[in-house]
Amino acid sequence: MAIALPERSAVARGAMTPLPYRVVRKRRENHDNWTLELEPVAEAIEPIGPGQFTMLYSFGVGEVPISTSGDLERGGTLVHTIRAVGAVTKALCATKAGDVVGVRGPFGNTWPIAAAEGRDLLLVGGGVGLPPLRPVVYHALAHREDFRRIAVLYGGRTPDDLLFRRELDRWRGRLDVDVTVDAAGAGWTGKVGVVTKLIPPAAFDPADAVAFVVGPEIMMRFTARALLERGVPAERIWISMERTMRCGVGLCGHCQLGPTLICRDGPVYRWDELAPLLEVPEL
Amino acid sequence: MASGGGTDAIDPAPEQGEGMAALLAQSDLDCLFSALRRRGYRVVGPTVRDGAIVYSELASADALPAGWTDEQGPGRYRLVRRDDDACFGYAVGPHSWKAELLPPRVRLWQTARDLEVAESIPDAVPTAFVGVRPCELAAIEIQDRIFLDGAHVDADYAARRADVFVVAVDCADPSELCFCTSVGGGPGAREGFDVALIELLEPTHRYLVRAGSSAGEELLAELPTTDATDEDVAAGVDRVTRAADEMKGRFDGTGVHDLLLRNLESPVWDEVAERCLTCGNCTLVCPTCFCTHVVDSSSLDGASAERSRVWDTCFSLQYAEMHGGNTRPSPRSRYRQWLTHKLATWQDQFGSLGCVGCGRCIAWCPVGIDLRAEVAAIRAEEETHAHA
Amino acid sequence: MHTLDELIVQSPVFDGLDPEQLELVAGCGKNVAVDAGKRLFREGDPADTFFLVRHGLVALETYVPNRGQVTVVTVGPGEICGWSWLVPPHRWRLTARVVEPVRAVEFDGACLRRKCEEDPVLGYDLLSRFAGDLADHLQSAYMQVIDVYGDRTS
Repeated sequence: MAIALPERSAVARGAMTPLPYRVVRKRRENHDNWTLELEPVAEAIEPIGPGQFTMLYSFGVGEVPISTSGDLERGGTLVHTIRAVGAVTKALCATKAGDVVGVRGPFGNTWPIAAAEGRDLLLVGGGVGLPPLRPVVYHALAHREDFRRIAVLYGGRTPDDLLFRRELDRWRGRLDVDVTVDAAGAGWTGKVGVVTKLIPPAAFDPADAVAFVVGPEIMMRFTARALLERGVPAERIWISMERTMRCGVGLCGHCQLGPTLICRDGPVYRWDELAPLLEVPEL
Repeated sequence: MASGGGTDAIDPAPEQGEGMAALLAQSDLDCLFSALRRRGYRVVGPTVRDGAIVYSELASADALPAGWTDEQGPGRYRLVRRDDDACFGYAVGPHSWKAELLPPRVRLWQTARDLEVAESIPDAVPTAFVGVRPCELAAIEIQDRIFLDGAHVDADYAARRADVFVVAVDCADPSELCFCTSVGGGPGAREGFDVALIELLEPTHRYLVRAGSSAGEELLAELPTTDATDEDVAAGVDRVTRAADEMKGRFDGTGVHDLLLRNLESPVWDEVAERCLTCGNCTLVCPTCFCTHVVDSSSLDGASAERSRVWDTCFSLQYAEMHGGNTRPSPRSRYRQWLTHKLATWQDQFGSLGCVGCGRCIAWCPVGIDLRAEVAAIRAEEETHAHA
Repeated sequence: MHTLDELIVQSPVFDGLDPEQLELVAGCGKNVAVDAGKRLFREGDPADTFFLVRHGLVALETYVPNRGQVTVVTVGPGEICGWSWLVPPHRWRLTARVVEPVRAVEFDGACLRRKCEEDPVLGYDLLSRFAGDLADHLQSAYMQVIDVYGDRTS
């Protein structure tokens, strides 16, 4: 059963105009990450798919592209997990329930979950790369019989930077979950080391697996390399790209990477299609 | 019409005189202006200002740059007096029509804190573009494809584009920098105009006029035109043909898409980076460059906010800034981005070359970087490397 | 119940060893089980052993003043723990502490060094394998140093 792709409809409202959404719930995930659950004040955007993003606007401050991190099986609120790292994200993370933010979208393409049906599904997240994969986990859990083995491999900087720790524990019984950190302080009794080290012991058949990888670009490059070395074909490795974004609709030029516009052709890309571009520094 | 960077021989003059049956005397040129104004058009066209031929709102044909021509070279633009009083005896100036269709600053919307956003209505008024060069017609067509044919239509561009009357003028005086014939264009306007003119100076100062649309036909019907003779038509075709001949072979764009994408690490990029100031002049004057920036601001009392779209340049250091750094910090990478986009990846994105061969970027570069020479250098460097 | 040979050859480092080489290597090994909290080796001590971890988790750590014991990296199933036996001065550079109960093959490094000196062909083969393993670990360590999730912009 495939995820239905939201249709790209021609909206009467201009593509650069946000819709007001109210913060109905805000949850602190760790020291600098919050999850916002949003509901439309009136008109809603089209249903968002796993892998897609919206442009979130904080009144007077600005806009940022954020992937959805919610349970799209259940529908309901629009969910985004945001790291407070710049002016706009800090403003968004400082909102309270009842505050209004602007939403434009959904933009971009979706994870090709159908390509993983009947196969092993490997989800590799690094740092803030886990939130864009969470909708895929929810989908896989709700349709468990569609996939063979499912593994979530997650690497963070330090234990304090890990996201969704309780959920990872909940998922542990139903799928393979392996977590590591680059650097640990006292009290951490888990794995220490880069996320690529989680690949060799992971139980999956490289010849018949699909991998979705999200994280800093260099992490995705090393992870793809490790997966290739393990025998996963390049056409079954998918990544989610990030670049400066301003309009989200392919008209401002900022998110270009060689011939592709990430807001329009991505952010999800097949590894073999994008790898040559990623090998050119400062492209 | 610009297409892939080939150097096939292009027929320079529209079907050897087809439709060029009418003549308009120079003394009657102002009738064109009044006819446009009667229809409610604001007339924008070339005039001399600040030592250049720029586009501005024109009150009458008297404001045209009669008797002026431009001498252009790498990093050089001068106005020079002609020894006749040709009104369109120049190539192109620093302005292009994108200032009308994609204004440098457009407010998109305003809002109060409740985010009930009020979209700004485009302040577009019916406008007649007078003096549009064939390369500019090509540039407008390229931008139409970007803003009107994609998955998202730009509402502001569409509103401004909706009521534009185009009066094209064929070229008889290309500059040293013109190379439209090398990129699929030519000095004769072929399509995309309502009315097109060819200026003739001998034995009398007059214009061969032709219509390119029903609106153009209706307008021409109101003007005091006379029938053109075969000699008139031949003279017009001759002027345009000679202009095309002058431009032969000025740019070798053979296989430029693959050439540039094969040589992303060529030492030529390092070499040009030593000269390039990343000032962005080229993107400012280029008639197809369209990158914009979104500016969000709020009022001092914090009660209202607005969003504007403003021109941006890929040469700016902030252009590729992301949290966590900058994906193009070096001038080398930014020059490479501009040139490879203009001549190579533009084709992948929009199905045509991004360059129309107008030469503006070469003239207005403070250090005279010539993109044609850079392409040639990359080609030569690749060949040397292959034989090394 | 696997023989020592079978267990050894499951590790990527020893995968593909011919039966003769395997016998030589296995001759220097023995099965061990170590409880959580115990140390496999201590920083500074003479290094004459190494471990092929089969189950459990080992933390390689060092003491950093003001921070305490800092785990640099953990070693899990299928991985080799300990390289200081390979090169002089044969002293442990880090401490290995068992985090999750470990079952491992412990190798007598001195014994293996002697066999490599006697049989240079075997020696070269083993050294190549360990070099590859070390290269992988180095690459991973570099990634940790790059701090891919960090916010440094220069």
